[in-house]
Amino acid sequence: MSTAAIGHYTSTGQDTRKIAFWTFIGSECMLFGTLIATYLSYEGKSVVGPTPQEILNIPLTSVSTFVLLMSSLAMVLALAAVMRGDTRYSKVWLATTAVLGAVFLVFQAFEFTQFVDEGLKISTNLFGSTFFVLTGCHGLHVLVGVIWLATLLIMSARGKLGPEKAMNVEIAGLYWHFVDVVWIVIFTVVYLIQRGPAA
Amino acid sequence: MEATAATPDSLESSSRLWSWITTTDHKRIGILYGATAFVFLLIGGLEAMLIRWQLMKPDNDFVSAETFNELFTMHGTTMIFLALMPLSAAFFNFIIPLQIGARDVAFPRLNAFSYWVFLLGGLFLNASFLFGAAPDAGWFGYANLTSIQYSPGVNIDFWAMGLQILGIASLAAAFNFIATIINMRAPGMKLMRMPVFTWMAFITQFIIVTAFPVITVALVFLMFDRMFGANFYNPNAGGDLLLWQHLFWLFGHPEVYILILPTMGMVSEILPTFSRKPLFGYPVIVYSGILIGTIGWGVWSHHMFASGMGAAADTYFGAASMLIAIPTGVKIFNWIATMWGGKIRFTTPMLFSIAFIMLFTIGGISGVMHASPPTDLQQTDTYFVVAHLHYVLFGGAFMGIFGAIYYWWPKVFGRLLNERLGKLHFWLAFIGLNVTFFPMHLIGMLGMPRRVYTYSAELGVGGMNLAATIGALTLGFSTLVLVYNIWHTAAKGEKAGKNPWGAATLEWAMSSPPPVYNFSVIPEVTSRLPLWTVGGMNEIPDVPPEPIHVPGGSYWPVLAALGLVGFFTGALMHSLWVALAAAAVLVVSVFKWAFEPFEM
Amino acid sequence: MNLDRRSFRRANQLAVLASAALLLGLAGCQGPFPQSTFSATTELGEDLSGLFWMIFWWGVAVFAVVQVGLIYVMIRFRARPDQPDPAPIHGHTALEIAWTLAPAMIIVFIAVPTIQVIWKEAGTDTANALQVQVIGHQWWWEYRYPEYGIVTANDLHLPQGRPVELQLTSADVIHSFWLPRLAGKRDMILGRTNRLVFTPDSVGEFWGQCAEYCGTSHANMRFRAFVHTAADFDSWVAEQTSAPAAAETLNDLERRGLAAYREVRTPASNSCIACHAIQGISAGVLGPDLNHMGSRSTVAGGTLENTADNLAAWLRDPAAVKPGSLMPNTGLTESEIAGLVAYLHSLR
Repeated sequence: MSTAAIGHYTSTGQDTRKIAFWTFIGSECMLFGTLIATYLSYEGKSVVGPTPQEILNIPLTSVSTFVLLMSSLAMVLALAAVMRGDTRYSKVWLATTAVLGAVFLVFQAFEFTQFVDEGLKISTNLFGSTFFVLTGCHGLHVLVGVIWLATLLIMSARGKLGPEKAMNVEIAGLYWHFVDVVWIVIFTVVYLIQRGPAA
Repeated sequence: MEATAATPDSLESSSRLWSWITTTDHKRIGILYGATAFVFLLIGGLEAMLIRWQLMKPDNDFVSAETFNELFTMHGTTMIFLALMPLSAAFFNFIIPLQIGARDVAFPRLNAFSYWVFLLGGLFLNASFLFGAAPDAGWFGYANLTSIQYSPGVNIDFWAMGLQILGIASLAAAFNFIATIINMRAPGMKLMRMPVFTWMAFITQFIIVTAFPVITVALVFLMFDRMFGANFYNPNAGGDLLLWQHLFWLFGHPEVYILILPTMGMVSEILPTFSRKPLFGYPVIVYSGILIGTIGWGVWSHHMFASGMGAAADTYFGAASMLIAIPTGVKIFNWIATMWGGKIRFTTPMLFSIAFIMLFTIGGISGVMHASPPTDLQQTDTYFVVAHLHYVLFGGAFMGIFGAIYYWWPKVFGRLLNERLGKLHFWLAFIGLNVTFFPMHLIGMLGMPRRVYTYSAELGVGGMNLAATIGALTLGFSTLVLVYNIWHTAAKGEKAGKNPWGAATLEWAMSSPPPVYNFSVIPEVTSRLPLWTVGGMNEIPDVPPEPIHVPGGSYWPVLAALGLVGFFTGALMHSLWVALAAAAVLVVSVFKWAFEPFEM
Repeated sequence: MNLDRRSFRRANQLAVLASAALLLGLAGCQGPFPQSTFSATTELGEDLSGLFWMIFWWGVAVFAVVQVGLIYVMIRFRARPDQPDPAPIHGHTALEIAWTLAPAMIIVFIAVPTIQVIWKEAGTDTANALQVQVIGHQWWWEYRYPEYGIVTANDLHLPQGRPVELQLTSADVIHSFWLPRLAGKRDMILGRTNRLVFTPDSVGEFWGQCAEYCGTSHANMRFRAFVHTAADFDSWVAEQTSAPAAAETLNDLERRGLAAYREVRTPASNSCIACHAIQGISAGVLGPDLNHMGSRSTVAGGTLENTADNLAAWLRDPAAVKPGSLMPNTGLTESEIAGLVAYLHSLR
């Protein structure tokens, strides 16, 4: 499809898939924007605990945030390797990105089970509802990204990810960086800037 | 598949069922959208007939309270999501690529996926009737009536998941059309040379892309509340019931423009053609469309003036809502100016378009009335609002779409719809809708709330309700005239040439129906009105000078759509296994789709 | 300004009622339209309808301009045989600016009085107001007068000439309190309290209804408001605050009703006392307070006149009167029903 696209006339000279993907990211911004706005408007309104202050583990999540940030770096390197036709480093960096993403998911799974053990479930209070749906939705996006990256890795391993397919990796990268940026916002809003119940 | 002169038009090339199921041709998908939406229009219309029959007289007992509540909920949901939006989508699909000089949309298989998701979503929603559990909380399903406590049945699950499915279809289509319009325009087809229909469709897609994620999240909250005991709409846990209303109307008000902007585009094509004059103030019409789409984002709370948001919010949302009257008024004056000094032919599409201007004006004026928060305190949730929204959506959107059906039918099927039957349809619809909806203004002001299955004779509105019912039956009959016209035309319709109306835009440059490949050579335009301008475009020969490659079909989009809807069915049944199996089908289909060789 | 507006309003009403007369005559409708928004009797109601008429006349003007323009164009510029193609005019900047400014001006004329009314209404003084808590239930209305310790249902009693502050909330789903001739409407939302402040001017009976769809019997959630002179209101208060008649004063039939009322049925939720309150007998809170049931004008959420037959029909099978009714069919015998009707009507 990409080869055909090059042969076709396009109005902007840009790859059509990339344009569509930016539109998709626009709608994803609205999705996460709504989730985050809901979290903020319900922050501190729970009538029973546990509260964020009691339960959130900032050091632990800082580590997983760092892991996800590093995966974005690996993603950049992966795209560069694919573009210059370096199959060895394509594989290395794609694998690194996917593994770092998976590690983030493991952290999240651990965090979720920990919270449930400590008595915070989705039905416990407003914090539980907003927290799990917001971070769970983000986790689902990471999961899709990991599967996507693993697919690219397999393509690369089979020698089917040459420089002519760089757009495939670039779009996956767009997605991955977007998911990463969203996490920065979530981490800041949910973990770093905690507002207590209205006094 | 190689298409040459031997390959005839898109309808005849292969009419077997399988070729329609696997089709990725935008024209066939457009026809599928249109046919499906038309059937849903008839279902929604039938629901309206039953509603009107019940309200014909005070204290009527034609249907039960429960059935009535299901009827008005499904009538609204069906007309908005299963009739109006997909009828617009039918025209987007068929007309946009032709108007901008493209071979197809940017992603033909994604396009097929959108259609199948829409069809299955519509069936999913209506399947609720078979289980005696049709949605019954109104088309905007205010929390907490939709909570498991007050709606324990699966009615609301059908509704929430049905809307979720339909939202996915709309979003996928919107990404596709935005990419198509941005990137697939023929050489010389600058943005400000695009036909206004394509322009309004373009704006509409941006509204879909930004509005639908909001309702998606609101519905996810609702489903988590109902299935997993979350607290989003639970006041006892500190939740605020206005959250749903804010999220719903953040989507719901832009949705109104999703419904009306495409029709404004259609009318802006029809009026110039039959006035034989260019559209008056093209740039202003385009910019006012953009302005309507933009301001439409800042006015959602005018649906909530009675909810007690406070004077400051009322002031802002009231004033902002009134602003929309300005770009709307500009459009109306520009349309009249388009006709001014023209050579007006009163064909059926033209009659519908003129009626659109008349009736939409009435809906716009009553809209300004309840943009004023104090006035709205008497009008909201009464039949006055029912009158208003039907003047906008029937007098406006549907009348425009009927006009578009008569206008583009010859391009799509190669035969002109019968004009005499068309005019009969028009007059019956025009009279019928005024008799139905005009009295509703007064019915509301005299004290009848909306969504009541019965009313007391002492309110004094029985006679007007009877008038409205008679009007509704006329309206229903007028639609049957259209059905008959379609049947009649299929057998005996007059053959249309390339350009039966003498229109100016690109879609009229090739034979009717268009060949599978659309344009035998890539068009190059130098004008906004290529067919009315000497040298406005290159010659499009009837036989392609060289073979044109046309993409084949694919069944993976259908399977992916089945997997997606199967997943929601599993969730509805609370069956993890069904959901997982369906999700597996979805994932496998998406992978097969991604790696399928599909040249375009 | 107020006076001017009132006379203007009267002229408006006459004109529009005249033009509506055709429609009404056609439909054979007659007054008195107990829920009409056209016949406001309070300053608040008149402010709301004053705005309505003002916008209405602007709307008529805009409508006339558009329709006259369209009709003129349709007649004047219809295609004639042998007519050449018209000149391709693409626009006219001055004209387009003009018809952008015209609606903008009209919007200003509408917006300014609108905003004045919003803030006037928000600033109403409630210091002296009679406070009434109005609580929406599926599908009936509960009124509490903290000042007098009165709890009642469906009939709202108000004194003439004294400001009233209704504090609106809900016990379950969202309802909307709509009393067109006195006050417009406000939503009743669980977890929130909305206010509606107005001063009843005229003595009389006014009808209202729930305006927000609230489930199966939304259509049957109606009420009546009674505005009394100050003296009449005081005697109503005295009646409502009096203790119910002692059991000894009841006749045989009424006593049979009291026994039925007190009886614990199976399941227990079928007992009257599980949901209803009568001073000294029961203190249920799910259903309407019955202390002065005999003095109410309606039964079943304001849908039926409070006659013996209607009350009996209601007790026999509530869901047949009000579909989806939360009051179950309690399986009363005919003799129990006769007793209950007599007993409940004795509670005045």
